[in-house]
Amino acid sequence: MYPSRFGYEAPKSIEEAIGYLTAGAGEAKILAGGQSLVPMLKLRFAAPEMLVDINSIPGLDYINIGADGSIRIGALVRHEDIERSEELKTAQPTLAAAAHLVADPIVRTRGTFVGSVCHADPQGDWAAAMTALGGHIVVQGPKGKREIAMKDFVLGPFQNALAFNEIAIEAVIPAPQGTPVGSYLKLERRVGDFATASVAVALNIQGGNVVRAGIALAGVGGRTIDATEAASVLVGKPLSEDSILAAAEAVAAAAEPRTDHRGSSDYKRQIVKTFVSRILTGIANSEQKVA
Amino acid sequence: MSSLYDEVTPTPPSDVPTRRVTIDVNGEPRTVDVEPRLLLAHLLRQGLKMTGTHTGCDTTNCGACTVLFDGRPIKSCTMLAVQADGHSVETVEGLASASELHPIQEGFKQEHGLHCGFCTPGMMLAAKALLEENPNPTEDEVRWALSGNLCRCTGYQNIVKSVLWAAEKMRAESN
Repeated sequence: MYPSRFGYEAPKSIEEAIGYLTAGAGEAKILAGGQSLVPMLKLRFAAPEMLVDINSIPGLDYINIGADGSIRIGALVRHEDIERSEELKTAQPTLAAAAHLVADPIVRTRGTFVGSVCHADPQGDWAAAMTALGGHIVVQGPKGKREIAMKDFVLGPFQNALAFNEIAIEAVIPAPQGTPVGSYLKLERRVGDFATASVAVALNIQGGNVVRAGIALAGVGGRTIDATEAASVLVGKPLSEDSILAAAEAVAAAAEPRTDHRGSSDYKRQIVKTFVSRILTGIANSEQKVA
Repeated sequence: MSSLYDEVTPTPPSDVPTRRVTIDVNGEPRTVDVEPRLLLAHLLRQGLKMTGTHTGCDTTNCGACTVLFDGRPIKSCTMLAVQADGHSVETVEGLASASELHPIQEGFKQEHGLHCGFCTPGMMLAAKALLEENPNPTEDEVRWALSGNLCRCTGYQNIVKSVLWAAEKMRAESN
């Protein structure tokens, strides 16, 4: 399988890349890790006239953890960089839990975190994790930078909020209030398959109470599902069996699964409920140990 | 009748813009003109006539086309050849020396790690990347590292044994 013909540029700066996007007038596309884009080019689902390869732009491969616990992830951070980051294991448990479940180990050496979020696959792990974390994407265009909250960034399946001449340059996870806890669970038929159902949970706990509860789902709807409203039942109190059950049921109700070869709609909803409950119970048990 | 694989040749028609790239392939600099859409796997196989790199699924699933790119395993059907400009690529042809098999190849021979052999080059390169970082992996770690590579013959058991055999031999050699 071969992509259709396209032009190719490998700029050395973000400004130069934006210049190519502007000149492309909507027919140019950014190439980062390429682990979704190249397959789409080969299947000719995508046929841009120009690829702007950002891999030669220096200084985009950072994971910065601020003194306040906020995290900034540059556009060329690969999945495996997240997986291997010792700092993130404690600073951001939801990301750390998801990292080794993204695609397969060989795709993870090349695919990028920010690129995956931009791809806005309804089954994408990072878009779900970023949504649960209440993160935002910093984008840069000819007129400078702007921030787009995750809930406004993913518009639908494979649709993001970037203008044609904007580049997503970093993903930002805001500073937690208290301690960030959470996890990520994914059911897949085998490594590398798309998720049957995935659940991202990101809580902040302060003084024994949940002060922020973010939950998002992948694979159980036509887009990344933000179930943070359903998770609000957890906020303002410690985790308890009752609140965990209530959250698991509310989040499962927020899923929009469809019956397909990976399972029935009911089955997937049940998986969501089980995963939410399993993650929250795990957190509650470890909190008890700490206390 | 032309086959699908004639559609993009290593030397495209004269009116198609190409870029000159230099790629270090198994330690040797290779300079070629490629059109941007040429995939690295096809440059290796058709342009450089190194057919040890296999293309299996062509959809980023199977890992048969795995090569080492600056030392890390990637699926060469999912990278453009033009992106390898200035980088190093190691293929299965780079494993053995003129007189001896690489310990990983020897392991696959000793433990019967292949039946049809189609997935084997990708398996061996994924294994090499693992053993360079982790010379003493557990069985679980081997299985995990190879989970992006599909084999439809062996049930994986002997592949895992082969890699563990190679790990032991490589440890013994480095002592």
